[in-house]
Amino acid sequence: MTAPAAAPHRRSARLAPPPPSSDGTHERNTQMPTPRKRVRVRQVLAGACAVPLVLSACGGGSDAPSGGSSGAAAVTSLRVLDYYANEPDNTVVQQTVEACGTQIGVKIEREAVPGDKLIAKVLQQSSSKTLPDVLMLDNPDLQQIAASGALAPLDDFGLKADGYQQGVVDASTYEGKLYGLQPVTNTIALIYNKDILAEAGVSVPTTWDELEAASKKLTKGDRYGVAFSAINTFEGTWQFLPFMWSNGGEEKDIATQQTADALQLWVDLVKDGSASKSVVTWSQADVNDQFKAGKAAMMVNGPWQFPVLDSVAGLNYDVVPVPVPKAGMTSVAPLGGETWTVPQTGDKARQAAAAKVVACLNSDANQLALAKARQTVPTRTSLLGEFVAQNPKMKGFTDAVQTARSRTGQLGPDWPKAATKIYTAMQSAMTSGEAPLSALQQAQAG
Amino acid sequence: MLPLARRPRRRTGGRVQHLGRALFVAPAALYMLAFYGYPLVKNLVMGFQEYTTRTFFTGEAPWVGLANYEQVMGSPIFGRSLVNTLLFTAGSILGQFTIGLALAVFFRRTFPGAGVLRSLLLMPWLIPLIVSGAVWKWILDQDNGALNRMLRATQLTDARPGWLTSTTLALAAVVMVNIWIGIPFNATILFGGLQDIPDELYEAAALDGATGWRAFRYVTWPLLRPVVNVVLVLGVVYTLKVLDIILGLTKGGPANATQTLATQAYQLSFVEFDFGQGAATGNLLILVSLLFAVLYLRLSRQREQG
Repeated sequence: MTAPAAAPHRRSARLAPPPPSSDGTHERNTQMPTPRKRVRVRQVLAGACAVPLVLSACGGGSDAPSGGSSGAAAVTSLRVLDYYANEPDNTVVQQTVEACGTQIGVKIEREAVPGDKLIAKVLQQSSSKTLPDVLMLDNPDLQQIAASGALAPLDDFGLKADGYQQGVVDASTYEGKLYGLQPVTNTIALIYNKDILAEAGVSVPTTWDELEAASKKLTKGDRYGVAFSAINTFEGTWQFLPFMWSNGGEEKDIATQQTADALQLWVDLVKDGSASKSVVTWSQADVNDQFKAGKAAMMVNGPWQFPVLDSVAGLNYDVVPVPVPKAGMTSVAPLGGETWTVPQTGDKARQAAAAKVVACLNSDANQLALAKARQTVPTRTSLLGEFVAQNPKMKGFTDAVQTARSRTGQLGPDWPKAATKIYTAMQSAMTSGEAPLSALQQAQAG
Repeated sequence: MLPLARRPRRRTGGRVQHLGRALFVAPAALYMLAFYGYPLVKNLVMGFQEYTTRTFFTGEAPWVGLANYEQVMGSPIFGRSLVNTLLFTAGSILGQFTIGLALAVFFRRTFPGAGVLRSLLLMPWLIPLIVSGAVWKWILDQDNGALNRMLRATQLTDARPGWLTSTTLALAAVVMVNIWIGIPFNATILFGGLQDIPDELYEAAALDGATGWRAFRYVTWPLLRPVVNVVLVLGVVYTLKVLDIILGLTKGGPANATQTLATQAYQLSFVEFDFGQGAATGNLLILVSLLFAVLYLRLSRQREQG
């Protein structure tokens, strides 16, 4: 912030997004010498913007005359959009992004929206040319947004994904170009109640046969052996993937014996009463509630449930990768987590600065810090040993991540259609008694 | 606006007065055009376009003719959704109307506490649908739901029906909840209609020996007919487009057992981001609603004349 005071004032006020930004959340760390004056300028401008807002004339910095020719020094603030709207993620991400801003010398204006509102918001901003400078996307959405042309390839700014877990790179790559960098990832694994298993004398299952036997033995009274989410949304598909992939199933053609066998396992678990029939309506949060209440001895779920589980007094749990079809096979789970991108805002200088923020968020230090604070796993494989040594509770998930795959690696933007087919087949096999293979064939054809 | 148009025009003014009148209509007309006309036209056009996430950035939506309609109507889910939509609507209306009418007739009598009970009846109307959906989802839960616990307590059955997890029961369960939501509307409007029937008619009918069922059949029903028509047609239009309650309870599942045209349009547009196909499905739904809307207008015209 060594630039003359007058210029940044004018610029940051103009670039500020209209009303939402005046909530003061990012006024906190401002280094401007005369905050009051700045706010007043912004208020006046916000008022002036109110009328021509429909024309998107004041929508944001994207359609501003490009400051590219005058050099990167003109960039004083960057708009960041993500969906970490809940605590503790909100604070963790706010602090990390702000620290990156300070390091690069720009002020960060971050906005967080609820998870299910992000894509709608991005599409809106896409059409009104008001995309933020730095945009976070859920990793399976990246290719679809990249296909729309709204993102800049990170290669343009010299960013590479060397040393990253391959599945993570696949998810952030579209038509051979890297569009996002993802600092941390997560996946799902088998979480089990240590006390219930010990009491029943059941050892932790590692294969499908063991899973079935253990689930049956652990089912007692109103407690089921295992819980998972087979809901008719992408969440249900995501939970099914470790079973499908570990058995060699592929999303490009789901009507195979491998996928049918995986589906048969889920059908059998419900049929012999080891899992509730309600799994077809449970979200992952519902599954967690069942486990938390002791109504399920084991569950398929992710590390983001740790804070909830840790809040339950006397609940002892541990994590292992999702059981594999036969001993010696590899568990292949789906990769979760969010990737950071640089949208095509048309302002090269701002994009270059935004790319620096993305790089900073992905530094070794930040990967480790974010993974620790957010119960996730670093994506740079060289960091995993150090990470597990510091966070032994994350070992089960870290193991699972090493062999995990991305959902969009094979089909790219066509993934949503395939995901719909998978849960459609899953539901008809589990509720209407349709044979798994024929249910999969029907869904594949539909 | 219909009664206004009917009123005999006074021939006192010239052009200026015409203009003055037009100015009074202008705000309403502009409002209708901007908030009803534009979205409708946009939706119609979108149904013929390849309108995807790409469109938002590039602004390009290639014209694809009837391709969206072919895809939507050719998909195996379409037949199912259409049948479900009709079953859902018919079942909901039948239940809402019958129970609503019975309650309305019941509340014609005055008895202590009638006012309190009548206001209680409005409760489902006052609760946000999202909340109703969440609460009913608990009630209908297979393992720990209140309904199945009550069934067990009666000792009559040991079964725990999967209200929301069985493909045969789910549609009925969703219809049941929607009936619960629709009763206040039916009961209130019909009750209003009943108030308009003069007591003398019942007294005269009683002298002729028509009481109870016969009074209802020959006095209440014929005089209530115009209100009944309006309630039914409005009910059908409201029910065809029900989305929130199905999303809250089953999201169209299990295995598409409760998938309707409305949920299908939502799925296509906002989950799969195929806005063209979503719009096409929505347009088909609008078409069905339109048939009933025309019917409604005709009926309400008859009622004014009658």
